[in-house]
Amino acid sequence: MVMSARLTESSVLAALTEVPDPEIPVVSIVDLGLVHRVEVDGDRLRVDLLPTFVGCPALDAIRSAVEERLASFGPPVEVTFSYEVPWTSDRISPQGRSRLRESGFAPPSPSGQRTLLDLDVPVPCPLCGSRRTVLENVFGPTQCRSIRYCTACRQPFEAFKPV
Amino acid sequence: MSGTAAPVVVGLDELLLSMADDEFVIGFSDSEWTGIAPLLEEDVAMSSLSQDELGHAFALYGLLAAIQDTDADTIAYDRDLADYRHARLLDHGRGDWAMTIARRYLYETADAVRLEALEDGSWSPLAELVAKIRREERYHVMHATTWFERLAATDGEPRVRLVEALLRMGNDAATVLAPLPAERDLVAAGILAQPFGTLERRWRAQLAPTFDRLELPMVPSLSDPMRARADHSASFRWLHGEFTSVRALDRGATW
Repeated sequence: MVMSARLTESSVLAALTEVPDPEIPVVSIVDLGLVHRVEVDGDRLRVDLLPTFVGCPALDAIRSAVEERLASFGPPVEVTFSYEVPWTSDRISPQGRSRLRESGFAPPSPSGQRTLLDLDVPVPCPLCGSRRTVLENVFGPTQCRSIRYCTACRQPFEAFKPV
Repeated sequence: MSGTAAPVVVGLDELLLSMADDEFVIGFSDSEWTGIAPLLEEDVAMSSLSQDELGHAFALYGLLAAIQDTDADTIAYDRDLADYRHARLLDHGRGDWAMTIARRYLYETADAVRLEALEDGSWSPLAELVAKIRREERYHVMHATTWFERLAATDGEPRVRLVEALLRMGNDAATVLAPLPAERDLVAAGILAQPFGTLERRWRAQLAPTFDRLELPMVPSLSDPMRARADHSASFRWLHGEFTSVRALDRGATW
């Protein structure tokens, strides 16, 4: 932990890259695109986050993790959640996408789809790379995940839901 | 007119409460399918859909709580049965799978029309939340439509049960888009794009080709707007007892 680090927006943002997402800990909240705004104003430190889903049950855990990580900067940390811009799965960074893939999650396809057929675009298998995968269930173990199946390596896998 | 402070508009409270109660009641009812849905995939789907609905309800109760200087849990759990404002469409009990799908289809398609009329509204906290909710609800419409078409197109029991469900919900089908008493103020303030009567006609026009093609009995238009969100059923009395039971045991319990 960095004690009494210099308080700037970029040092805060750098610290937030060390806060993992509670449901998919291989990616940070920065890689997921959750951080909307960091405000440093004298002795005030404010972080505005975008929920991935409105009903995401991990928001309280994320808030606590951010407060804990930023505590060493000194000033009280105010964490807010807003919908000022909607979080979309297109906000996940290239680094976040490769980390998802490395840990067996297919990163989301572009979020523009309108129908179930559009949604069933080929999603490469994160395990073997084959594009011969099918959508098993749009809904998965958390709100942000879908279940797919790879017909090449015959493994089910999870894909980030495009929203 | 835009900004985050709640505008003084008669009818904003009832709009937020009706939407939140709709999402809360359908989310709570359908979560009962977890573990007993006809397919494993549907256990997962209904759990996820219900989690979305309860999340939307919580966020909408939160906007209302900020206006009324209270908290979301108090609004969600501490009201008498008669003070809930969800549509009567959601008052028919869980029923069988066909009933659930028919209700979800009618609700999700109507809710989509309602959300579209709110997304460009003048009060930014609601407009922004609605923009986010719409991105999630698109999956709900897909899910309900896929199942609705599948049951309707399967001769024998699935189709028979679906038609029975539509007939049973009958006059309550259009209650989601029932006019609100003070909706003129919402339209005048730019919060709601059109009155609910217009939205109901748009919704029915969207449904008509599907019902024609599937040769299903078209849902009747709204007949008793004053009763659309009142006079809740015995099955809601049971549900209300369920979802208030924890608060009844422990007053300070949180969501």
